[in-house]
Amino acid sequence: MSIADCLAWLRGEASFARGVHPPTRKSLAADQPIEILPPPAMVTVPLQQHAGAAARAICPPRSRVEVGSLIGQEDESAAVSARVHASLAGRVQPLVGVTLPNGRHSLAVPIAGDEVHSRTNAAEPQGIDWFARLYGGSWHVEDQQRYFPRDIRAAVQQAGIVGLGGAGFPTHLKLLPQATRPAHTLLLNGCECEPYLTADQRLMVEAPAAVVTGLLLAQKAIGCERAVIAVEENKPEAIAALRGAVEQLDDQGRTTVRVCQTKYPMGGERQLIPAVFGLEVPTGGYPLDVGIVVLNVATAAAIASAVLRGHKLTHRVVSISGEGIREPKNLLAPIGTALSELIAACGGLADDACRVIAGGPMMGFAVTDLSVPLTKGTGGITVLTRRQLAASEQTACIRCGRCLDVCPLGLAPTRIAHAVRHGQLELADQYDMMACCDCGCCAYVCPAQIPLVQYIRQGKAQRLRRTD
Amino acid sequence: MDPSNVESGEHFPTALETAAGPHLLAPGASTRRMMLDVLIGLVPVLAAALWYFRLAAAAQLLVALAVALATEWVICRLRGRASSLSDASVCITALLLACSLPPQLPLAATALGSFVAVALGKMAFGGLGQNLFNPAMVGRAFLMICFPASMTQWTEPLTVHATTQATPLAAARFAGEFIELPRLLVGNVAGCVGETSAILITLGGLWLIVRRAADWRLTAGMLAGVVVVAVVEEVVRGADQSLGWARHVSAGAVLLGAFFIVTDPVTSPLSKSGRWLFGILVGLLTMIIRLLAGYPEGVMFAVLVGNAVTPLLNRWTTPVPVGGHTRRAAGRKPADTGPG
Repeated sequence: MSIADCLAWLRGEASFARGVHPPTRKSLAADQPIEILPPPAMVTVPLQQHAGAAARAICPPRSRVEVGSLIGQEDESAAVSARVHASLAGRVQPLVGVTLPNGRHSLAVPIAGDEVHSRTNAAEPQGIDWFARLYGGSWHVEDQQRYFPRDIRAAVQQAGIVGLGGAGFPTHLKLLPQATRPAHTLLLNGCECEPYLTADQRLMVEAPAAVVTGLLLAQKAIGCERAVIAVEENKPEAIAALRGAVEQLDDQGRTTVRVCQTKYPMGGERQLIPAVFGLEVPTGGYPLDVGIVVLNVATAAAIASAVLRGHKLTHRVVSISGEGIREPKNLLAPIGTALSELIAACGGLADDACRVIAGGPMMGFAVTDLSVPLTKGTGGITVLTRRQLAASEQTACIRCGRCLDVCPLGLAPTRIAHAVRHGQLELADQYDMMACCDCGCCAYVCPAQIPLVQYIRQGKAQRLRRTD
Repeated sequence: MDPSNVESGEHFPTALETAAGPHLLAPGASTRRMMLDVLIGLVPVLAAALWYFRLAAAAQLLVALAVALATEWVICRLRGRASSLSDASVCITALLLACSLPPQLPLAATALGSFVAVALGKMAFGGLGQNLFNPAMVGRAFLMICFPASMTQWTEPLTVHATTQATPLAAARFAGEFIELPRLLVGNVAGCVGETSAILITLGGLWLIVRRAADWRLTAGMLAGVVVVAVVEEVVRGADQSLGWARHVSAGAVLLGAFFIVTDPVTSPLSKSGRWLFGILVGLLTMIIRLLAGYPEGVMFAVLVGNAVTPLLNRWTTPVPVGGHTRRAAGRKPADTGPG
């Protein structure tokens, strides 16, 4: 245990073994209230924003859509798929191929927005206040009592909700109780452990009631007794806001807010579950194997908004931050908005901006083409400057073992990486390569600056291709 | 915000580059920085060496350094590789070798030892990170075999005219004379160039540990191994017939070994539990050689044996992932193939 771990233990914070402490840099955008991005002239909504099969486009070109109109029907032949909705009122354009923020490719539905004058009305001259509609106002806790689990799942499925933390697993499938593996606890993940990102943090501060209402609905759908909201210690405002909302429930302590140590990658479910419950998710298994369902806080808010207000998942909160952004902000933006529009709304790139990352600096993907659309799973854009990306100088592995000391899953990253480098996938498998969660702690600390996680990622991709 | 600026590109003045994450690296994480920290940690050790053995120490250090640098440079040239001198690891090898030699060793022998340390101990395996044995100890073992007489000739510290004197360990082993602890702590005793001052070695060693250039588990393991056997000796032989744990730790090369030799990352195990086992093993072997074998000091051989066992320790201590081994791989232990 490091000194930081000991202090966290003394403070009673939940934590896991190993991990790293990169500078969090949350202060750049943490105090910026969520702003509503004015409707862009055009959005490009990808049909594949989730794990599983892509949605099927159902709107012919030139057809008119409103915000929330179904434009992508889930693939009924696949076990895992999700719907996609229009996030802008306008006319559908012919399908195009796009690169997603994570580097994959997908078909997408471009929607050309209506003329500006028809996008606003007298009551809301600045455009529609989507934040108030989706998450604002009061949430009546009794409301959720009137819904049956079946109705909740149906509403979630119809709204096209997928995990907003990034993995993008369709949420209605997670809310399905499984007879063989009953869930006892719902874990709401509000850790947001990646440096710079503040979208979830702002949502918890500004719409705690929506988050807690979504939690109750999800809990009801799954049929589990307890619920825990886990938040890292560096977000005291969010913790206070959520505690306030939970207190109003008066449910005899069945829902609790758990403070976690600020440590990367606390937000990974394989780290968060041991930290909060002391349970280990079996390698190759799922949280449900230990009776836990994990949802992101933003997903919970989207569930509340879908079930109680009938909104489809058309907008999300995204933080635009980093030293390479002139005015870091948190924006509520339509899904499918080009990253360039989001960046322009934040004053544009600084002169020495050098790398635009979809996501955070640890696990995010560098993008060079800023026409890439915002997807459901993109919680932030991080822009780094040249100064922060000092040219790395790779040297030989000196077997210092620092990668083993930080690997949150207890793997031997140097062994796996070197096995992959030499094409020995069998050997890499024996070192449990497939258990790796891609967090990148190993490459972050490596004094020889070897791209360890990059090699491991490559090895996992080769292994999956070989098994296919 | 004027959207026309977006199209004209005014908001996007720079060329964007791409790379796979993580996009940030830990501040100050570099091999060079690690090696520089070891060199900084060696400063008090070298100061003690120069104070007690004056020009003799300076000559040993300079010759070892010059030959080591030249050897690495030439071998890099012969292999057609870029010079690896800039990582400073060869300087550490040379200085540690010099610190472990008697002050009056003929300089030709020092040069030969330094050449063997770098050429056979390090470069023959493929350079930094590839060697199985600690290069400085390889060089010293070579000299011990080639020049057994010169390698056991010791001089009194702080004298211009060299007079032969036994090291504290040799005096205890062969003459039954025990040197008092305070002298061992300050280092005013006969011995190798850089091994005499317990206090200054500890000072430099703590710097390594604070800077995480060395893992404290290795140091603690070795010291624990030494102390346990020393206490057993004291109980078995009686306090007046044995050196006692404090003098066993502060005499000879135990502290230099515990802080600077066993902590070499290349030749010690990868995992935390492996490092504990390695440290304890070296400590125990040191004491077994000191008390039972023909040599009064055993750190060098203990380290070399420990290095040889390191791949085995790595194999035994392959970490189990959180959540258990992948089902496919369960029950199968990977072979140790080294990182390369």
